[in-house]
Amino acid sequence: MQEAIRETLNARRLLCPLPVIRTQDKVKQLNTGDQLEIICTDPGVMHDIPAWCRINGHKVLETNTGNHEYIIIIEVGAK
Amino acid sequence: MSKQRKAVALISGGLDSMLAAKIVMEQGVHVEGINFFTGFCVEGHTHAIRAQDNAKPNRNNALWVAEQLGIKLHIVDVIQEYKKVLINPKHGYGTHMNPCLDCKIFMVNKAKQWIVENDFDFIITGEVIGQRPMSQTKSKMPIVAKQSGADDLLLRPMCAKNLPATKPELEGWVDREKLHDITGRSRKPQIEMAKQFGIDDYSQPAGGCCFLTDKYYSAKLVDLWKAQGDKDYELDDIMLLKVGRHIRPKPNFKLIVAREEGEGRFLQGYKKEFISMHCSSHPGPLTLIDGEMSAEDLYFAARVVARYAQGRDEDQVDITITQKDGSERTIQVKPFSKAEVLNEWHV
Repeated sequence: MQEAIRETLNARRLLCPLPVIRTQDKVKQLNTGDQLEIICTDPGVMHDIPAWCRINGHKVLETNTGNHEYIIIIEVGAK
Repeated sequence: MSKQRKAVALISGGLDSMLAAKIVMEQGVHVEGINFFTGFCVEGHTHAIRAQDNAKPNRNNALWVAEQLGIKLHIVDVIQEYKKVLINPKHGYGTHMNPCLDCKIFMVNKAKQWIVENDFDFIITGEVIGQRPMSQTKSKMPIVAKQSGADDLLLRPMCAKNLPATKPELEGWVDREKLHDITGRSRKPQIEMAKQFGIDDYSQPAGGCCFLTDKYYSAKLVDLWKAQGDKDYELDDIMLLKVGRHIRPKPNFKLIVAREEGEGRFLQGYKKEFISMHCSSHPGPLTLIDGEMSAEDLYFAARVVARYAQGRDEDQVDITITQKDGSERTIQVKPFSKAEVLNEWHV
């Protein structure tokens, strides 16, 4: 079985829905079980990325907010 | 057992496209949503940028609609491709810089490409005859179908009964009798239909989702093109048109003055691309300077910046000028009076 990897996506300065689009594009390159940390500055991602995960079967593992940054860690679901 | 047909629905986030998808889903068709990001469908951006709007829910309506419908949503970045639509629309602009008919043709064409690549059968839109003066009239409907290349694979469930039958109807993939014949600008039939489907929360009727229909935004876009001498843009250009006061005292430069804290924070992100100024002796907004300037222009711009600082009534204030490389210098200027900042400078 392939070992899960963790990658980081810098989505700072991007306004929604661009962080979602970049997440969507990045997830296409990952495998089920891989994790992606998305670092954003648009607070809208706190709604949009979890919503995108819910409708596409991915899991939000963690969200962090601070210093005007919004960090979301997701786990890629079944593809 | 007959094959389950698959359709992709153009989801704007408004009620009509939501209902159109729902009507077809109710007929047992597998529906997924598609949403195209042109860079101008930036309804949420102002809220994202402006600190005072932070208390408002800041959802993406297309994602929200997809979640309510229980369907997947594919958001497609068409920023670069959309330039040719906006810069040279075959069917022209609407009241402002909105190329609505060309935009619809473009999006349906992209959806057509998508269904071919993803082995889907047809396309759904929430169009209603007579709802939009430029793109949703009875005479424009066949133009969209033909020029997009979608032809009879384009189904408009909200008004299908007023249009010739499409392939999904003729082949029995959907029952034409269960489609609708809505026309006109009234929202009553849609609101009634939403009630029947148990949909009680939806974003207000679409139209406010595209900045190109906005008079003030369009004026800034025209100003940008005029100043740079051609009709081109990058994503940052069109984002910045949404932020701050845009003041062009001279043809060769303009100032983008933050109106509040959130905008100031957003503009901070552009300090490596623009010369910036702020008042360092008194509280005042961050300002980006767009254009090539002489030393005299820089001094002139500093006096404008001073006008928006709390020291506007002082004889002299300090303005710090930050170059793109981060180097700074501070000059003393007399703020312009209110009367000296001419109305026609405001873009």
